[in-house]
Amino acid sequence: MPTSGAAEEVVLSIAHVAVHFGGLVALSDLNFTVCEGEIVGLIGPNGAGKTTAFNVFTGFLKPTAGEVRYRNTLLNGLKPHEITSLGLVRTFQRTSIFQNNTVFENVLIGLHRLGRSTLWDTLLALPREKIAEGELADKAREILRIVGLERRAADVAATLPYGEQRLLGMALALAAQPSMLLLDEPVSGMNASESAKVMKLVETIRAAGVTILLVEHDMPMVMQVSDRIVVLNYGRIIAEGPPAVIQQDPQVIRAYLGEGKKRA
Amino acid sequence: MKRALPAVWLVVFLTIPLWLQDQYILHILITTGIFIIASMSLNLLLGYTGQLSLGHVAFFGIGAYASALTTLGFDVDVFGFRVLHQPWPAVIGLFVGMVIAGLSGYAIGRLSFKVRGAYFVIVTISFAEVTRLIALNWVELTQGPLALTNIPPYTLGFPGLGSYTLWNKTAYYYLVLAVGLIAYVVISRLVGSRIGRAMIALKENETLASSVGIDVTRYLVLAAVVSAGMAGAAGSLYAHYLKIIDPDIFLFIYTVTMVIMVITGGKGTLAGPIVGGVIFGFLPVILRPFAAPAVQWILYGGLMIAIVFVLPQGIVPALERWIANWLTRKPADALLAGSSKPHEGQ
Repeated sequence: MPTSGAAEEVVLSIAHVAVHFGGLVALSDLNFTVCEGEIVGLIGPNGAGKTTAFNVFTGFLKPTAGEVRYRNTLLNGLKPHEITSLGLVRTFQRTSIFQNNTVFENVLIGLHRLGRSTLWDTLLALPREKIAEGELADKAREILRIVGLERRAADVAATLPYGEQRLLGMALALAAQPSMLLLDEPVSGMNASESAKVMKLVETIRAAGVTILLVEHDMPMVMQVSDRIVVLNYGRIIAEGPPAVIQQDPQVIRAYLGEGKKRA
Repeated sequence: MKRALPAVWLVVFLTIPLWLQDQYILHILITTGIFIIASMSLNLLLGYTGQLSLGHVAFFGIGAYASALTTLGFDVDVFGFRVLHQPWPAVIGLFVGMVIAGLSGYAIGRLSFKVRGAYFVIVTISFAEVTRLIALNWVELTQGPLALTNIPPYTLGFPGLGSYTLWNKTAYYYLVLAVGLIAYVVISRLVGSRIGRAMIALKENETLASSVGIDVTRYLVLAAVVSAGMAGAAGSLYAHYLKIIDPDIFLFIYTVTMVIMVITGGKGTLAGPIVGGVIFGFLPVILRPFAAPAVQWILYGGLMIAIVFVLPQGIVPALERWIANWLTRKPADALLAGSSKPHEGQ
């Protein structure tokens, strides 16, 4: 799958990133880039450091060494919400939604960045507040339509089936207005039809101009949607390239897919 | 119907002094009202951001002392410098009390939101204890255990109409009602807005909240400042109504009272602190003819345990659930009873 049109501008660059937990090396000398409009798959066996990498990119974990840059802004030392406000937004491996709120409220919370009303607008109930809230509600409905949860708007999030909870997690991330989205195992635990729905959604998101970095164990999915794949093992990159090349890479087959056994 | 309910209650509260002749009951209404305002402020922190401030009475006491001292004036020696303050009108004291309580809320917020959960609880308890010790020992300023006395009542100035001093209980009742109403409106607007959603998000899932771009510290501190300022206003009302305050105002039992009012009424609901406040404000009055003070405390505790045990989320959420169930069951009952006119839709 070719990268979409425009010049290959690097949006996320990871340079010499290392993470040590005491004596344990979770990531060592990680170097790669993601270009505008690309879908890059980040794969590797369990414990390879994928989620650790996500945590570093999004400010939830400080790297021991190295630099992470998003659109030329150095992310080291920024807090998660500051990184989100640059447009770099993530989802979580484990279902992460606001369980006790309705689906609609969840998305409204996710739209926090878009809110423009000030404390005074709110306290004095100025017309501006009403207009801003109306715009947010419209936007929330639009996002629910994109992820296909519009019928669930009034349901409490905790009552949704698993697959829809995961979709709501993606809706939350979309609501945060990403220019780049980090998806952490979006289809894990889903059945085939739910996975297909997510894959379609990923394509829709990309078509809207959002760059995507994807961590996923579901090989058919990764191979199908990714333009390029980065393979991690024991905290270091062992291969990088288009899906067709990665599938044939002997080191990857040995480390990740298992010798003599092809799943993909 | 749900929208009309607050209006009905407002009319009831507005007319109480017209038909209530008993001054003692009016006095209980005023003090209960003051504690309800403090509980509403605690609810903003506990119910909406999920932070348990067990030193909430500190903000209440700071508001009371700051307001009283602003009104009474003082002449103290601070590190060799003489600080002299001439008495100001009591209404200015109310604002000074709110501002100083709000500022201390800011300080506590900045300091302790770095440490959450149990640590926050410890920091707030310690803060209340420190403020109590200052009130007790800085005798030159606070008169220590001798108490600040003769705190003047508020005088409200109306441009072109002259001024009115709140000498009697009825006037104080309406003042407390007005302040309570403002507090209620402020909280309801906050929690119904983007700011409130951010606070609720922090309570529910802080990691997720920050990942969608919510500045955790900012909204927690904002909640702490608004909450502390509101508690400070309640403290000021208390000081000017009773006309005397001593360091016992910082006692832990007052925080516990507020927490009980919030938890039993229903934390995270607008009406919760009011319902809890009315119950626990009036319980001693109801029990007084029947039980000795010691027995009262036992019954008081027993009722609280019973409410928390049976209705863990509090009275208001339970009532809302019952009403919702009742409303949805009604059409089904009608159908089962063979009603000739089945309900359409819901």
